[in-house]
Amino acid sequence: MASNIVEINNLSFGFKGRLLHQGINMTFPRGKVVAIMGGSGSGKTTLLRLIGGQLRPSKGEVRVDGKVVHEQDRDGIYQLRRTMGMLFQHGALFTDLSVFDNVAFPMRELTDLPESMIRDLVLMKLNAVGLRGAHQLMPTELSGGMARRVALARAVALDPNIIMYDEPFAGLDPISMGVICALIRSLNDALGATSIIVSHDVKETFLIADYVYFVANGEVAAEGTPHDLMQSTLPFVHQFVHGEKDGPVPFHYPATNYQSELLNQRFN
Amino acid sequence: MDRTTIDLWVGVFVALGVAALLGLAMKVGNLTSSKIGETYSVNAAFENVGGLKPNAPVKSAGVVVGRVTDITFDAKTYEAIVNLKIDQRYAFPKDTFANIYTAGLLGEQYIGLEAGGEDDVLKNGDKITQTQDAVVLEKMISQFLYNKASESKSDADAKPSDTKPAELGDAPF
Amino acid sequence: MIKSNLFVGIMQLLGGMGHRMIARVWRLGAGARLFFLTITYSGESFRRFHLTLREIYFTGVMSLLIIVVSAFFVGMVLALQGYNTLQKYGSSEAIGVLVALSLVRELGPVVTALLFAGRAGTAITAEIGLMKTTEQLSAMEMMAVNPIARVVAPRFWAGVISMPILAALFSMVGVLGGYLVAVPLIGVDDGAFWSQMQANVDVRVDIINGVIKSVVFGVACTMIALFEGFDAPPTAEGVSHATTRTVVISSLTVLGLDFVLTSFMLVV
Repeated sequence: MASNIVEINNLSFGFKGRLLHQGINMTFPRGKVVAIMGGSGSGKTTLLRLIGGQLRPSKGEVRVDGKVVHEQDRDGIYQLRRTMGMLFQHGALFTDLSVFDNVAFPMRELTDLPESMIRDLVLMKLNAVGLRGAHQLMPTELSGGMARRVALARAVALDPNIIMYDEPFAGLDPISMGVICALIRSLNDALGATSIIVSHDVKETFLIADYVYFVANGEVAAEGTPHDLMQSTLPFVHQFVHGEKDGPVPFHYPATNYQSELLNQRFN
Repeated sequence: MDRTTIDLWVGVFVALGVAALLGLAMKVGNLTSSKIGETYSVNAAFENVGGLKPNAPVKSAGVVVGRVTDITFDAKTYEAIVNLKIDQRYAFPKDTFANIYTAGLLGEQYIGLEAGGEDDVLKNGDKITQTQDAVVLEKMISQFLYNKASESKSDADAKPSDTKPAELGDAPF
Repeated sequence: MIKSNLFVGIMQLLGGMGHRMIARVWRLGAGARLFFLTITYSGESFRRFHLTLREIYFTGVMSLLIIVVSAFFVGMVLALQGYNTLQKYGSSEAIGVLVALSLVRELGPVVTALLFAGRAGTAITAEIGLMKTTEQLSAMEMMAVNPIARVVAPRFWAGVISMPILAALFSMVGVLGGYLVAVPLIGVDDGAFWSQMQANVDVRVDIINGVIKSVVFGVACTMIALFEGFDAPPTAEGVSHATTRTVVISSLTVLGLDFVLTSFMLVV
């Protein structure tokens, strides 16, 4: 049993000739909460999809539990995915199913458990996220934070070894954010799982992560424990962590000279 | 939505669909009328079958007693051979007369059987000898026109100066 | 200068046409691929037939009202118009034949398919498009549940099963509507209405062929709706365009297929 449950080795990925990642190396040790941070559009979510086998790398490999993901056939990938849970950015709850049925969905689809046991398990999972009382509501009746908690309950429905979070804090009020934050840490420790968080919310992520990777321009720009990174003098990390307007990541989209563009009447 | 409610509704839906199909077959279609059980086949030769088609009804006294199975051409006699299948329950004398009729002015053509007086009845593979051809509309019309023409010709002969049509005046006949 | 501009313009036009052509062919191929995948993964929609039943409820049962009401009016109008023409030739008894044959052969399957595309097809496209937009399909895939087996196949079979049922109902209700106008209202003889109809409507040639048509239309309409939903760009605009395309493409396909099928059926 390797100590790293997920390993990304020299990974490159791109579509339509544009490389999104080039030569990324990351390791995710068992039982840890590891965060991948970076600006919007830096391909963080794509990394999760590569780990989940929804995308094929152009070069390099992703190993989950020692197995190279893109070399698996469909059944192999599905076997791997059974050990993963994923929380999508907006929850991605099935809108035609109730909260209860949403959490029961993976159990009903992937196991042959009797309905009475599914009921108990679902209520346990919902209780863990504090929404046992809301089990017969429909997803449209939930607030954003509640929906995310239900999605979290669904993601851990089958007690996965790896839990992936895609922007778990985006668009939440501070209270919900705090709740999710605490849940991620407690679920990770309770299940003995490995959590991979993709986020750009520095404060919350640093609070719960054991280790953080910074992704910029398709490469790992910096890595380390939150404490190290707070002290980091790397200009990009400094700008990101402290939320400064200008720095290595420019405020302006690349453009021609401002003055000459204003003077020049014709756009070509 | 409760699963039992859905099941119930889908059951009702499918039942309605089956009922509609059965209704179409029974009430609208010819499933009941075409229910000819045991049949025997006979054939008949016609000089002209007109627009008769396979599966056309064979009627006697207006009641459907059978169907046309197929129509072939006999290269020796230059006649059309029409094969009929007739319900086993109905026996027809050997000298039965077969006509090709048209339902209405422009309707479908069918075969009408008029029973003769003989004691022997038609059996499987027998031939109906007495037939009358289909009335072909073009023939009828040309005959009608011919008669009209000869009528008007005799009219014209009778009164040459008055009613002689201008168009026919210089016609070379 | 002008000449070269013209030349460039023509080249661009041709290029654009070629590009669109390639896109069309590509979409056709992608649609065919989805069709074969749907057939391949259909096992689940039969093994867990309640999934399909649920979709029959949404596509079939929910379309009942619009089908029955339209059929009733179509039948009545056919009788009125038919009578108007037939009585000039003194054959107003043939009105039953006219109504029944038009409905069973053409209007039943075709109008049902057109209404189905508008009522159920758009619903399927919008639902699947939104499931894709809200990452529900991705979530399903990450849970190791095949969305084609779980989402597409039950909807496909529901459409294929619903369409002939709806078409048969359409024809039957249409005949009843025609009967109501012809017999009590206009005063055509009751016996002549039915007997003429029975003498001229053949079960095999007319009714079975009508059912075959509606099954083919069911496959086409449902598959187009599913493909458009599956292929929709994950934006609000993309889903709305896809829904429009479902109606347009389904309608054209149904009318085109109707011509092809009719010519086959009349020749053979």
